[in-house]
Amino acid sequence: MSNTEVSALEMSRRGMLAGGAATAAMTTAPMALAQQPAPMSKPVPTMPVAFEVNGRREELNLDTRTTLLDALREHLHLTGSKKGCDHGQCGACTVMVNGVRINSCLSLAVQHQGDKITTIEGLGTPEKLHPMQAAFVKHDGYQCGYCTPGQICSAVAVLDEIKRGIPSHVQADVAAKPQVTNTEMRERMSGNICRCGAYSNIAEAMGEVAGLAPVGGASA
Amino acid sequence: MKAFTYERAKDAKAAARAAAQPGAKFLAGGTNLLDLMKIEVETPTHLIDVQDLGFDKIERTREGGLRIGALVTNTDLAADERVRRDYAVLTRAIVAGASGQLRNKASTAGNLLQRTRCPYFYDTNMACNKRKPGSGCAAIGGYSRQLGVIGVSDKCIATFPGDMAVAMRVLDAYVETIDAGGQRRAIPIADFHRLWGDHPEQDTVLKPGELITAVTLPKPIGGKHFYEKVRDRASYAYALVSVAAVIQSDGTGRVAFGGVAPRPWRVEAAEALLPQGAAAVTARAFQGATPTEDNKFKLPLATRALASVIAQSKA
Repeated sequence: MSNTEVSALEMSRRGMLAGGAATAAMTTAPMALAQQPAPMSKPVPTMPVAFEVNGRREELNLDTRTTLLDALREHLHLTGSKKGCDHGQCGACTVMVNGVRINSCLSLAVQHQGDKITTIEGLGTPEKLHPMQAAFVKHDGYQCGYCTPGQICSAVAVLDEIKRGIPSHVQADVAAKPQVTNTEMRERMSGNICRCGAYSNIAEAMGEVAGLAPVGGASA
Repeated sequence: MKAFTYERAKDAKAAARAAAQPGAKFLAGGTNLLDLMKIEVETPTHLIDVQDLGFDKIERTREGGLRIGALVTNTDLAADERVRRDYAVLTRAIVAGASGQLRNKASTAGNLLQRTRCPYFYDTNMACNKRKPGSGCAAIGGYSRQLGVIGVSDKCIATFPGDMAVAMRVLDAYVETIDAGGQRRAIPIADFHRLWGDHPEQDTVLKPGELITAVTLPKPIGGKHFYEKVRDRASYAYALVSVAAVIQSDGTGRVAFGGVAPRPWRVEAAEALLPQGAAAVTARAFQGATPTEDNKFKLPLATRALASVIAQSKA
């Protein structure tokens, strides 16, 4: 849940309630209450920002507090990226920025002037699925689906990271080129939590896209 | 989150000057700062984004070491061919920390400046001398399983939570900075993080506005490199205890511990005992330790983690 949204919402609700109460009780309200400054009296700083999302140039004027995730969901209505924890712990908000996966909840939109952002909506469409999306469907890589857009963005990025030779914790020799293995994929996906527990099927889906032989025939 | 103004700095000195103003803070990757701003543990009124300052390269130094720009991401640092070959303890430490997404955004300087993960620091309803000087320490006598066993004080028992800095400590890195007056200095990493003492609100020796520009590594020291991290799950968790070590073929070497103190914990007189085995090293390194009932397990755990490293070095 967004603190920004909630506080803005509560602020306006409180403002309305206080306003209503003040009007109704005008004759009896103590002066101190009547003289309290109106909430939100100071304008919040806003800034223009322009970036490319899924190949489309977007220009926004945003409260500086707006995270990249909130800009995508609330302002551009790309609601595929999900808000799970809003603290970088669950990975549901994972998107690619300039080809690299990040937690969009832990990044301010204004930090991304000129960046190229790819969300789940930019990977594939219901008519033309990305191979990773198709593999998740085939291998049942989800149950409730809430973490899935983040899982898929992360999964696509993980295979790319292995291809680019980015080392990982499970390598015996970090100077060597990493290989696509089930263990490597599991380690690299640890920033994406799935509370339904679809992990083994997610790893199967990733393995298929990477060209790995299925592990022990565990999935259909 | 509290409202703030935002600027993109164009040069380092101007950034340092702007950041010396009350309420101002640098913003690099933002992965720790934004997290803390959302819960209003951090409440800056002005952010100075330093991403355009060009500190994103890793270069050879004249002395045969490496200069790592302050904004090099954790991923790029861990993946650098020279780091993987000559400073593998650093690659190992970085990839043992956080998640892939976070490492792609988190910077070298930001990693050094990350704040403790003590749960009482995060909970604004609780007393915390680090968050609110003079308010007390709810961690003392509270839930302290993750917290510090040495170098702590009666004001604060939090730990420095990072992995990268523990490896940098065994490599004798220097932290290069520029201040608001344009003055530059190189701080030995041994002196960079403070022990809490009476002022746990000050994590490091940096002055207001002082900006990290790079971290330098002296020339490679050879040896076998290890980063053994013991944690509650296999990935994406903070260390209960970690051991960064470079062990030479004659059994001598360097050792620093993470997850136990306000700074990467290295005692040179203790590592000199490496040829005598893990117990000798940790007995000396943790002399004067003040663990709680909840975290005294960290002491034998440190010995066992180091014993495992020594065994691997002989394999």
